[in-house]
Amino acid sequence: MSPRLRWRKFVSGFMLGMTGVCALVSVSVLFLILGYLVYHGGTSVSWNFFTKLPAPVGETGGGMANAIVGSAKLLLLAALIGVPVGFFGAIYLAEFSGSTTAFVVRYAADLLNGVPSIVIGIFAYSLAVLPFKHFSTLSGGFALGLMMIPITLRSTEEFLRSVPNALREAAMALGASKSKTIATVIVPAAYRGILTAILLAFARVAGETAPLLFTAFGNRFWSQGWNQPTAALPEMIYRYAISPYDDWHRQAWAAGLVLLGLILVINIVARAILSRGIAVPRT
Amino acid sequence: MNATVRPAVSVNIPPITTSATAKEASAALAMRMTISKVNFFYGSKQTLFDISMGIATSKVTSLIGPSGCGKSTLLRTLNRMHETVRGARLEGEILLDGQNILKQDVTAHRRRVGMVFQRPNPFPKSIFDNVAYGLRINGSKDPISEAVEKSLRHAALWDEVKDHLHKSAYELSGGQQQRLCIARALAVEPEVLLLDEPCSALDPISTAKIEELLVQLKDLCTIAIVTHNMQQAARVSDFTAFLLIGQLIEFSPTPQLFTTPGDPRTEAYITGRFG
Repeated sequence: MSPRLRWRKFVSGFMLGMTGVCALVSVSVLFLILGYLVYHGGTSVSWNFFTKLPAPVGETGGGMANAIVGSAKLLLLAALIGVPVGFFGAIYLAEFSGSTTAFVVRYAADLLNGVPSIVIGIFAYSLAVLPFKHFSTLSGGFALGLMMIPITLRSTEEFLRSVPNALREAAMALGASKSKTIATVIVPAAYRGILTAILLAFARVAGETAPLLFTAFGNRFWSQGWNQPTAALPEMIYRYAISPYDDWHRQAWAAGLVLLGLILVINIVARAILSRGIAVPRT
Repeated sequence: MNATVRPAVSVNIPPITTSATAKEASAALAMRMTISKVNFFYGSKQTLFDISMGIATSKVTSLIGPSGCGKSTLLRTLNRMHETVRGARLEGEILLDGQNILKQDVTAHRRRVGMVFQRPNPFPKSIFDNVAYGLRINGSKDPISEAVEKSLRHAALWDEVKDHLHKSAYELSGGQQQRLCIARALAVEPEVLLLDEPCSALDPISTAKIEELLVQLKDLCTIAIVTHNMQQAARVSDFTAFLLIGQLIEFSPTPQLFTTPGDPRTEAYITGRFG
């Protein structure tokens, strides 16, 4: 074997090894986090955790029922804002707008996606908290909804664009109007991708803490209504983790575990949706 | 060729009036569609020059010519699919049963003039739903399953798919998919069926099946087909139009065009000297 060939073989083997190591690292990070959460929080996840209110300092036990319900309410609100705006915006971008408009909107959405979540929080604070003079569930949902818009918009647009033009032509040649084509062919052809994208956007904002600090604010009791402050899982993790009490630390780990479990469930649901129905084959 | 931007157009005298046999035929020939003085532009680029011809009722008319000659463009204007392209502009007049199609409602027009494309493009739906699509969007009140069966029979696909109508259309072979697309187009009972190189993505056996089908379908509707396969044009069509760089060079009954072409450029093309 010539030295040059030997060198090439060495480089090839080395690079192959590197890619394998990197792949392994990316997988193991997830499992490390998961293992860590289970190790520290597993013991604190009990029936009480899901059904009881937080216990006062010094008292052991207690749960985060209010934070779990709060997170659910916040996510519902976020979805009500983020999904329709992102979805219909994407339809406009992919099917109707000119390339210049699409470029500008896409660029703006990318920038919005890059806006630090704490800034979104301040924005929501000045728009939805200050005028009403108190923190509220609504303002928290508003902040999370704003964060969902660009994620939903961009990925929905990508999925709509990936529907082959031949399908649009086929529908139009049968006498379908543009709106009928979109409703009966384009969206059904892309719905799996779109739903997955929405669920992932959901998972993403489910873990956001910063925008909630000045909007939903947090609450150690049941929230008294949509216009009252509420607890949320990520916000509870934050408050409990910086507290000086060991018991609270354990609860924070447990909350982390529950939150991760929730996101995992969302992902599994997304996968399940993906495997159903008829996909457009890649050509 | 002179120095003007637009090349000189040498459209033959409409051939139906040129030969004695064609003359006889022309008395009985009704034109389902009439294209007169059509000019077509993509932005500032003109791709069709002053085209005038007819699509005879219940006949197969084929459009042939080398790549880029405008045959697909011409076909697409017949059901106004060109309007889906930004910057496309059409001048002239196209009549369907004597009415200017450009003044009709576009969706209503496309129901009367169906189209089958180069590559099979079934929807990501079941076989049944593919054929039923046109009926459903038009709010058809007829029993849909009967119409679906009828269309699949017309497309010579029924026997192959009748036992799995609810399977995905993508489980069919390419040739079956193309016949499914034909069935889908036939379901709305169009007066004219346009086919844009329907066999270019298919194997010879599937191609033969579709050619056979076209000849049978003549009784059902008027057919216009674009093909770059001259043998195919000779086999299936009654009339053939030869286009070259956006101009109609010759339009004759098919046997005449292939045996005694009236224009030296047609002869050069059909004998394989270019294209």
